[in-house]
Amino acid sequence: MRLEIPLVAVVVASALGVVAAQHQSRKLHAEYERAQARAHQLEVEWGQLQLELSTVAALTRIEPIARERLGLSEPTPGRVIVVGEGR
Amino acid sequence: MNKRRTARPHNPLLESSLQTWRARLVLVLLLTGSLVLVARAAWLQGFNHETLQAKGEQRFARVVPIPASRGRITDRHGDILAVSTPVRAIWAAPREAQFEPAEARKLAALLGMDVEALNRLLSSTRDRIYLHRQVAPDVARRIAELRLPGIGQDQAYKRFYPGGEVWAHVLGFTNIDDRGQEGMELAFDSRLRGEPGARRVIRDRRGEIIEEVGSIRAPRDGEDVALSIDKQIQFIAHTALRQAMTEHQAAAGAVVVLDVRSGELLALVNAPTFNPNNRSTLSGAQLRNRAITDLYEPGSTMKPFIGALAMEMRRVTPDTLIDTEGGRMTIGRATISDVRNHGKLTVSQVIEKSSNIGTARIALQMDPQDMWNMFSSLGLGVPLELGFPGAAGGLLRPASSWRPIEQATMSYGHGLSTTLMHMARAYLVFARDGDLLPLSLLRTETPPEGRRVFSVATARAMREVLEKAAGPQGTAPRARVTGYRVAGKTGTAHKVEAGRYTDKYVSSFVGFAPASDPRIVVAVMIDEPAAGQHFGGAVAAPVFSRVTEASLRALGVAPDAPLVPLHLAETEQTPRGKM
Repeated sequence: MRLEIPLVAVVVASALGVVAAQHQSRKLHAEYERAQARAHQLEVEWGQLQLELSTVAALTRIEPIARERLGLSEPTPGRVIVVGEGR
Repeated sequence: MNKRRTARPHNPLLESSLQTWRARLVLVLLLTGSLVLVARAAWLQGFNHETLQAKGEQRFARVVPIPASRGRITDRHGDILAVSTPVRAIWAAPREAQFEPAEARKLAALLGMDVEALNRLLSSTRDRIYLHRQVAPDVARRIAELRLPGIGQDQAYKRFYPGGEVWAHVLGFTNIDDRGQEGMELAFDSRLRGEPGARRVIRDRRGEIIEEVGSIRAPRDGEDVALSIDKQIQFIAHTALRQAMTEHQAAAGAVVVLDVRSGELLALVNAPTFNPNNRSTLSGAQLRNRAITDLYEPGSTMKPFIGALAMEMRRVTPDTLIDTEGGRMTIGRATISDVRNHGKLTVSQVIEKSSNIGTARIALQMDPQDMWNMFSSLGLGVPLELGFPGAAGGLLRPASSWRPIEQATMSYGHGLSTTLMHMARAYLVFARDGDLLPLSLLRTETPPEGRRVFSVATARAMREVLEKAAGPQGTAPRARVTGYRVAGKTGTAHKVEAGRYTDKYVSSFVGFAPASDPRIVVAVMIDEPAAGQHFGGAVAAPVFSRVTEASLRALGVAPDAPLVPLHLAETEQTPRGKM
């Protein structure tokens, strides 16, 4: 008879503990999900930035800019000196 | 008891004694009732709990897909050539999609379609229809914010090709489901493709995932594929080919650049081309990867192999004199001819001047089977193992069926057909001291093992001959490049249409540079040049020159010739291009 009261208390406390732990776990899981979604989102953004980079760095775009806006051209043969070949 | 009985009025009903079976019946009925309940509870809890649990889970548990992305394609330096980015597919369940005309207008505007077109889609009797398969993520978010009933979204991917038309034939493209349809996208589809995963989760009533019950399938992202092709050289080849296409009003063309040391493809371009990002006006002619799928008669580019075989079999040396018989020669009932009468030529000059008769006379000294063996060991007649879809092998008939006239014409590249890629690869034997490598479209770390076709001495001797062929006395002085010694051979072949030779030509040039220590093989083919010139030396050789010069510079190859301007004034009608 004496034993029952503490046992009931322990059971109730443990049950409450389970509820709290469950709640905590769900909260953390939701947070984990959000973090994962964010990671995915960032990965997507990285891909888009890479795409943008290769679009901007496309040679079809750079060549006219180099030639027309910056006035660059290939070196003519007379303007190239080969160094360090020891011939 | 008696007292109570006296206090109340007499009730005869109570007098009559109840039959005891009635009480028992009630008791039994109650007991059976509760037993049934207990049994039912035990059944639900003990035996049938799995289906019930599953049903309960169904209310909250959902299987959600885990998206996997398709692998990227990069060039040999890791620059992105094809990448999949997520988009949203917008779908509608027409039965539930009932909303105000104003809302429909908003939705139509976001989807970029007419309201009528949208209404037509929504009046469909199907359960679910796609309104738009590829909507940008920000637009999709605004559609979601409209909160329209019966409108949903799925995850989808769209493939982008930042290189556009420069890479169109190499890369190919994917369809709406992100599956490869052409080119590398198709050839390496199984590697590039990702396998979406799935997992079972429990959502709360706000739709937020609160617990993962289990993973059904782990997702597998597609592998990235690194091509052997060099972005810069690809662009160089594309620009040079495009320029030649307009200059000569040609129907089509292709350029292939190979790395001599590893057998890797450094460039592969075709014309006409297309923009893989916008394929609404695509024709079959634009789609063809001519360098790999189209057969042509290689013409004179075949001659060096005959010369090399004759040298290898010690029938001739480069200095053996051959009588070209005044420019005409009759074999059986057929006559073959040269462009002009060359008189007596050495074997070396036969190739430099590209004499059909000279080559035929060299070839006729040999057994057809030996020639067939050589063609076959060069890989002609068999599709290249590039893994590329639609790769053609070419036509090489068995030697036993050759008549003498056919043996003669085959020696100068008529009567057998092959692809430009085969010819480019075959020239590796001269560029590489006599051995042949398998080609690769993927970046390789260690060069593959070569297979010997000619001896080192023969290959080197032919290299010298080919350098002269691309020199001032040869057929292609316009193949020359400032700063580098080049070697190569022109080809001009009549096109065969419906089994007859026509007055249309295929002009080609296959060569390599620097001649002192070859690094690249460049093969050029221009189909049906229509602006007056049709000889390989005038049409294809200048393309070779442009591509070779710029490519060697891009690769940082040290010049092996003095850097002085070429004096091409007597052979060049047009000033040299900038490339």
